[in-house]
This record gives sequence, structure tokens and C-alpha cells, in this order.
Amino acid sequence: MRVTQGAFSFLPDLTDQQITAQVQYCLDHGWAVNLEFTDDPHPRNTYWEMWGLPMFDLADAAGVMAELAACRKLHGDLYIRLSAFDSTAGWESVRLSFIVNRPAEEPGFRLDRAEQSGRRIAYTTRAYATDRPEGSRYGA
Amino acid sequence: MEFGGPDRLDLSALYADSEVGQMLAALDSELVGLIPVKRRIREITAYLFVTRARQMMGLATGTPTLHMAFTGNPGTGKTTLALRMAAILHGLGFIRRNHVISVTRDDLVGQYIGHTAPKTKEVLKKAMGGVLFIDEAYYLHRPENERDYGQESIEILLQVMENQRDDLVVILAGYKDRIDQFFKSNPGFRSRIAHHIDFPDFSDDELVAITCKMLDEAQYRFSPPALELLRRYVAARRQQPNFANARSMRNAFDRMRLRQSLRLFETPGLMDRAALTTIEAADLRASRVLTGLDGSQQEDDGGNHDTEEAA
Repeated sequence: MRVTQGAFSFLPDLTDQQITAQVQYCLDHGWAVNLEFTDDPHPRNTYWEMWGLPMFDLADAAGVMAELAACRKLHGDLYIRLSAFDSTAGWESVRLSFIVNRPAEEPGFRLDRAEQSGRRIAYTTRAYATDRPEGSRYGA
Repeated sequence: MEFGGPDRLDLSALYADSEVGQMLAALDSELVGLIPVKRRIREITAYLFVTRARQMMGLATGTPTLHMAFTGNPGTGKTTLALRMAAILHGLGFIRRNHVISVTRDDLVGQYIGHTAPKTKEVLKKAMGGVLFIDEAYYLHRPENERDYGQESIEILLQVMENQRDDLVVILAGYKDRIDQFFKSNPGFRSRIAHHIDFPDFSDDELVAITCKMLDEAQYRFSPPALELLRRYVAARRQQPNFANARSMRNAFDRMRLRQSLRLFETPGLMDRAALTTIEAADLRASRVLTGLDGSQQEDDGGNHDTEEAA
């Protein structure tokens, strides 16, 4: 099951050329671009591992793309997300975030039901991938 | 054989269309002297232009190697030219952004193990798409200390210079003999740099012309006796230690302005426009360079080799 988080996630995966154009758009607006990766695709997993520091003061997308290439080399079988942070007063938040890399196979989520008192049912989702320990969830 | 693209191209029309022609003309008129440098720039521009034309015709072209080394004494216009070079390369479409990131050893080399690589990469990322100007590049290599972190920085630089040639142009600058020494101990660098440009010292006449230009830009002018005195000043300043060509002239101009301001400040009565814009001979004569001609005056802030000079 394809994970749909962030912008563009219902489109086919962006090509490097398209990612470059998006990054350039962010840099032209003065946003700091940041790379993060994770092997836990749960939608409530907000804090992903950071790939280096957010890249401030860049002018050209080539620098970000070089970092992305380096990140893919090491974590090519995981989810990699690119986010752009706007530091201008009043915004001070992430303006754009999208997935730039995903595992070849995404096993999807299981719906768990727990019976509680009074026949109430509590639902929770669990990624099949997280059945295995961290670091060995996707192929590796 | 099928090439695709047009059969004929009018190079001069192509040249006229681009901003590069104007940029080169501006280079010729705005920068005094530097004849051999200008000729080399013209050659490089022509080469890049023909490369562009070949690409349009569908002929075989590799990305040309654009890395350069600027060698010459201080104040001969290396940084100024690097800025112009970025504009020219940008006009020709060989770099995507018209920016120059100017760095020295401090910006590239870290203080402890593991600090250098991220620092150098950070700088490279900022420079991507434009020109990275490394001033006094030979300080990266410290032959007396084999554990110096400079070597790590050099290796990262070399790798990027080779693999991301279309993303980044690196320009090294420094004194000629030391750059040559640096290349000797880092042959990898020498072979990756296509253009070695040597900046000659300015002649006395050129320095006078440059100083007049600086004054003109700041809306000042010399009175005729002051201009006469300036010629003597240039000749005398050249004999002094830490002479830095045009930079010395700029510093001299700053001091002349100070003296002129003081003179006007202490003159009672009304000022007119001419008084405010004219540098008189008196403003120049007070200079240590000239007063020290007979005596043996010492530089008052000598010692710092790079920031140089007093006058």
C-alpha cells in the first residue's frame, strides 16, 4: 500500500528533475530545505531522523540534490522526506514537505481492534513493516 | 551523418544578442590596464561561445572545464575580475546563478577532526550553481604539518571540481610563486584547472588613472596641482613595503578624504560644491609617503601583511 504523506503523494513519484525544480522554488523563496528519513511509515510518526542540518543560505538546488544523492546511497530503501521551512515572521513553519524516496515494497498497515468494556471497540493501525526491528524493516 | 539543429549560425549576431558583448566592452572600458588578462578573458569567452554554438549545431561537446587560477600581486584586480567572470559565465549560460562565494582557508578547514568535511561541504553547497572564489588558496596546503586538515578539504574540493563540473566553477587566487608551489605539491589541482591567468602589476600611469576613476565614482576630483602630486605619490608609494597596487590607492584615497574633510571643517565661511568635491594638493602633501621622502618615517600600522600600509 502506497504511503501518502505530504504534497504530491497521490502523483507518480517525482523525477529528479521535478524535485530539483521544487527545491529551486523553495530556495528562491528563501526557505531552508531539510532532508529526513525513516523506516517507520506510521502517519503519527512525525519526527523523522535528520540527514545533516537544515540547509540555510543556499542559492542553487544542486547542493540539495547532492545531499539527497548521498542520503539515497545510504538509505535508498527507506522513506526520505524533503521539507522546506519558512523562517519569515508570521510563518515560522514548514511550507512544503514531500516524500522523495520510498522503499521498493510497501507492505501497508494492519487494522487492530481491541474490545473494551461495554462492547466498545478501540481501533488502531500498525504498519506491517514495524513488526521487524528498526534497521531491518525494508529489504536491508 | 545527422546532427540536428540549424545548418548555419551567425556568430556575431549571436554575440550581439547576448549580454556578453556588452559585459566584455564594459570590462575593457571600466578596468584600467590588465591587457594580458583581458586578452585571456576574450579567448576564454570566444571558446565558450563557440562551444555554445557547437551545442546548438548538435556537434560533440563536453562540458568545458572552467576552473581557473588567478595569480598576481595583491591589489591587481583578482577579486574584481572574479566577480566579472561570474557575470560573463552566467551570460553565456555555463553557470546557472550569477553569484560568487568568496572564501579563504578559515571557511573551508575545521579546527578538529571531523570538522573539516562538513565545513567544506557547506561552503560548496552554498556556492553551487555559481562561482567559488578561494583567496590565497595555497594556505589550504601546509607542507610543514602532515596532519593538517587542509588536505582533507583539498580532497573534497577536487572531487567536486571533477564530478560536478556543470554545477560549480572554482577560481583560485594568490601570489604567483606560492600558487605554483601549491600546484607542485598538489598536481591533481593543476590538472583540473584549465585556465591559468597571471595578473601583472599596474604601471604608475595606470595607478593614477585608477585613482582618478575611484574619485570620479565617489564624486570627487583632483585639483591640477594635486594630480601632479599624485604622480609623485604613486612613485614613492611603490618603493614602500606592503605596496598593494590598486588597494593601496584606495586606502590613500580614503585618507585624502579624511584630510579634506578636516580641512573643510576647520575653514570658516561658506562651502560651495567645488570645495566639497575637490581634493587639494595639501590633502595629499600631508601624507607620510611624501613627507617621509626626506626623513625615514616608518609605517604607522605596518606589520599586518595582508591589510597593509599607512600613508
